[in-house]
Amino acid sequence: MKHLIGFITKNLLRMVLLLLCVAIVTFALISISPIDPLSANVGQTALGSLSAEQIAKLEEYWGVGQPPVTRFVAWAKDFIRGDMGVSLLYRQNVSAIIGERLKNSLLLMTLAWLLSGILGFLLGIIAGARKGSLADKLIQGYCLTISSTPVFWLALILLLIFAVWLKWVPIGLSVPIGVEAADVTFLDRLRHAILPALTLSITGIANICLHTREKLIDVMNSDYVLFAKARGDKTGRIVRRHGIRNILLPAITLQFASISEIFGGSILVEQVFSYPGLGQAAVTAGLGSDVPLLLAITIISAAIVFAGNFTANVLYGVIDPRMRKGVKR
Amino acid sequence: MMNRRRRTLLLLLFAIIFLSAITIAGAMLEERATLTDFTQKNLPPDRTHLFGTDFMGRDMFARTISGLSLSIRIGLLTALISTLIAFLLGTAAATLGKGVDATISWLIDLTMGIPHILLLILISFAVGKGFMGVLIGITLSHWMSLARIIRSEVMQLQHSGYIRVAEKLGVRKALIVQRHMLPHLMPQLMIGFVLLFPHAILHEASITFLGFGLSPEQPAIGIILAESMRYLTMGYWWLAALPGLMLIITVLLFNLAGKALVKLNNPASAHL
Repeated sequence: MKHLIGFITKNLLRMVLLLLCVAIVTFALISISPIDPLSANVGQTALGSLSAEQIAKLEEYWGVGQPPVTRFVAWAKDFIRGDMGVSLLYRQNVSAIIGERLKNSLLLMTLAWLLSGILGFLLGIIAGARKGSLADKLIQGYCLTISSTPVFWLALILLLIFAVWLKWVPIGLSVPIGVEAADVTFLDRLRHAILPALTLSITGIANICLHTREKLIDVMNSDYVLFAKARGDKTGRIVRRHGIRNILLPAITLQFASISEIFGGSILVEQVFSYPGLGQAAVTAGLGSDVPLLLAITIISAAIVFAGNFTANVLYGVIDPRMRKGVKR
Repeated sequence: MMNRRRRTLLLLLFAIIFLSAITIAGAMLEERATLTDFTQKNLPPDRTHLFGTDFMGRDMFARTISGLSLSIRIGLLTALISTLIAFLLGTAAATLGKGVDATISWLIDLTMGIPHILLLILISFAVGKGFMGVLIGITLSHWMSLARIIRSEVMQLQHSGYIRVAEKLGVRKALIVQRHMLPHLMPQLMIGFVLLFPHAILHEASITFLGFGLSPEQPAIGIILAESMRYLTMGYWWLAALPGLMLIITVLLFNLAGKALVKLNNPASAHL
């Protein structure tokens, strides 16, 4: 038990440090940008009509001329207190925007994460249990093709088929148009999230499926499976008794570590479906030089990714004591 | 007789020929790709316009092929530089002691921590968008996994007998790397390079699609697909479907070529 706590603390500390580094790197990247905050945020024409005194005041406000380190410390202090600044494009507190959008994105990503995990695992089992069969070849072909497909193209095609031609699902947005915010039910949200989530799941399957297949083939080639066969056990029973027990936990771990990919995919998918999530906000912020929003989204998404990796690491440690060897006994 | 090895070789050859044909044809079609003809707007595919035409009457086949050609050329350049970075950092991590190793591992974790597309957006923003943003962004975000492979490979090599003998004989580190390690790493680097390609191309298309990459005047696949989005509700399916399919075929061929290389390099893996 003591080892486990040490292991978790070590991982947690590492995560916090990495997050701090992400903040520094992101801040550095944004501050070397040639885009001038004053002309981007106040506007070139408005800048011309201001007096020198006003410009100096604005420059002080935006931190022009101050060394980036001072600016970073000031920003980080506010951030830790929960004040993420004011979004320049949405004219709202960044924390308010992120709260709203995170809710939408989390719904989308959780759906996709669960769906791709379960489907991928099942397909991997089918392929691995009957290696070389037609089903195995089809599943492998599917995985290879889908990993060569840009996720936004898939989103476009699904949108074309299900929203434009068949009109089964609405074209975009996370809530129906013209309905009071309070009247939007959870089912409405789900209906609007279903196509984006489906797109993300279809692409997310490939990784977990191939991994499960490979692991199951390893298990099926082992001596204890040979013995089970000699005893007269059927394949289904062997897979249930020896296969799934051995490969389920590593698969769950892998799925936790794949959150970064799902997040990256959600940026593209949200853009195609004009789904108001974090990803869409990131693109808008990047295109419109909304620095406070872009910064905050990067930190939040990195935190989500690290939380996923952290969970994966801890799960590994819990399952496999050998992974804890970094901690002193 | 067609044995498995020969089939793999043939597949590799076909992939190389097909991809070079697209690259060359695309460069030659670039002029036709920007040709506008407002009497021929939004035509569905037929014999004169294989992929139909867009809202400015441009031939979509010419645009698609020259877009793919541009993608392949960008992919070639970025994958090459990324492989080089992966080789340098991977070997440095394995040979230059614990401090360097920890720093590079840290760097890998850090770069992998930011979601890929978001990192590309940030780098593109830092560089001021456009072509250079794509180039630098993709180069800086694809070296990590290959660097890890190279690192563990070099670490294994260091423990092999002949490298230890060379060390005891007092051969310089740089010379050991160059003479004894590089020949072993070459296949790994080659495969890593080819397998980097699909990622580089897909990410270039994605970031351009989002509006951070190449400029709208260039015939890039990302631009074509972003434009097609506006005409989707009108049912102009060919604007999105056909260029996308060509992109998938291209990326798939790179993936298959990479797999073929792995099989040729390590025949035992062919039976997995």
